[in-house]
Amino acid sequence: MLIIGEKLSIIAKRVREAMMKKDKGPIQEIATRQWKEGSGIIDANIGPAEDGGEDLMQWMVTTIQEVVPLPVCLDTTNASAIEAGLKVHNNQWGRALINSTSNDPERFPILELGAKYNAQVIGLTVGKGGLPADAGERAAIAAEIMARAMEYGVPLEDLWLDPLVLQIATSQDHALKVVEAIQMFQEMNDPPMKTVVGLSNISNGCPKHIRPILNKYYFLMLMNAGLTSAIADAHEMAEALNEKKLLDDVLAGKKIDNPEKEKEIKKTLDVIMGRTLYAHSYLEM
Amino acid sequence: MAFVAPKETYSGKVYQVNIGTGANALSFGGENVLPFNAFEGAVPNKPVIAYEVQDVPPSDWPENVQKPYSSVSGDPVTWAKFCQETLKAKAIALRLVGTHPDRENRSPEDAAKTVKDVLSAINVPLIILGSNHAEKDSPVLIAAAEASKDKNCIIGKAQEANYKTIAAAAMANNHKLIAMSELDINLSKQLNILITQMGFDKERLITDPMCSALGYGLEYTYSVMERIRLAALTQNDLTMQPPMLADVGMYVWKIKETQAPESEVPLWGNAEERGIAWEATTAASLIMAGAELLIMRHPKAVSAVEKVIEELV
Repeated sequence: MLIIGEKLSIIAKRVREAMMKKDKGPIQEIATRQWKEGSGIIDANIGPAEDGGEDLMQWMVTTIQEVVPLPVCLDTTNASAIEAGLKVHNNQWGRALINSTSNDPERFPILELGAKYNAQVIGLTVGKGGLPADAGERAAIAAEIMARAMEYGVPLEDLWLDPLVLQIATSQDHALKVVEAIQMFQEMNDPPMKTVVGLSNISNGCPKHIRPILNKYYFLMLMNAGLTSAIADAHEMAEALNEKKLLDDVLAGKKIDNPEKEKEIKKTLDVIMGRTLYAHSYLEM
Repeated sequence: MAFVAPKETYSGKVYQVNIGTGANALSFGGENVLPFNAFEGAVPNKPVIAYEVQDVPPSDWPENVQKPYSSVSGDPVTWAKFCQETLKAKAIALRLVGTHPDRENRSPEDAAKTVKDVLSAINVPLIILGSNHAEKDSPVLIAAAEASKDKNCIIGKAQEANYKTIAAAAMANNHKLIAMSELDINLSKQLNILITQMGFDKERLITDPMCSALGYGLEYTYSVMERIRLAALTQNDLTMQPPMLADVGMYVWKIKETQAPESEVPLWGNAEERGIAWEATTAASLIMAGAELLIMRHPKAVSAVEKVIEELV
């Protein structure tokens, strides 16, 4: 399992300010911490970056790779910012990952960049017309993205399929559909397609104290389904891996010797699997 | 071979809620099947329709729904009596819309007096509604709940922003309580949890997932109600088992289709008939989705829906 460290995102205030001031300190500190916590790639999410995106992405890539011997995930909708980042990316630490192409024609040029710079590309299984309804629709979109990748010269081993995790607080039924999609994606090629998720979106909009709980057990369920990578909090995912046996025991119907933990896992699984309707206080019920 | 209808059995059951006192007390809810599927289980009660009455004259209502009340609506007591005696209302919903700060801004004391006066004039169950101003509803509904102590009324609506005070008032004065959230099943469940965590008995709750009129989001209300009911029955979700309210009249009689005169839109036909049909259709749809308590305005729409209910049970 490969963790793509999610913390260098423009959504975080501290990161945004550092990006604006081109202050390397916080960026390098966060990058280093994520590396130590077990990230194999560092995500650099600079948002839409319509103004000066090229400079910003180059600065992010070099700033990160100055201190961390890891590849960077170039995360923006601005294709020319991605290209600028790819030009300075140090492939000695591994090949860059681009986030992302999709089935929206506007995102096709991303595949050209992937082929040109020998980078790996995330294929988000959404089209132009709204969100996929279920796992089957995600797989159908994935097939189109795969065909297009081959057409543009991106080998299927370099295409990572992302089923799009939605918020459990508003789209509970999608939690399980995404797990199913991860299973289906792997069957679409031999060797199996690589997969990736933006994990923490599952708990977006949930109370702060339950976010790590949902993130962890959802991650483990996706892992059981064959997920190969996740854009996530590396620290949280390390904790999740420590709890994997507990979760697997609960799934197998075994008792575990920590009743509180057992309750927490069971209730969270019920919510993820759609057996109980989600509410912010679901753990207290 | 004779046809045998396939039957579904459910693990959950909707709570039965009783309101009012004495001979005219009413019950609704209590079923353990989807709406009107009596062949699969128990449907002990029919949906109840309450007539809406206001504490101030209904100058904000379209003329076609003001008309049936024109001789009585100047005074809430006369109006309520008319509903009970002439229209044979089984329940009355008194909306204290005059307490809204942007309306007459009537005080909680005024509201309490209206509640008392109306209660002494009727013997059918009373639903007491605020003006839907989250802040003002707190003192108004506290006063109203005290003024109607032990009359087994329904108080509403408690929302996320004000549920604590309103639920406490309903609890202290032995009333039932409407919990309203805005077309979000997860927030609806959350509000029911928060209210029951205060010690309020979940079997005294009524869920209002928020109504919408035909053409203005009815399908959202329908879908939320349907999913609430499925959670109650198939998942035995105790927090989703209170009966549901559809506050139909208020949402229907403010849209263009119930207001525009025929002279402006000749293709739409007679405005009065159109408004009645709109209210009846909206209400009839929501009883299919699982609403057990409806609040309506036009007497002809109420009769039409009561007829639908009779045919379905």
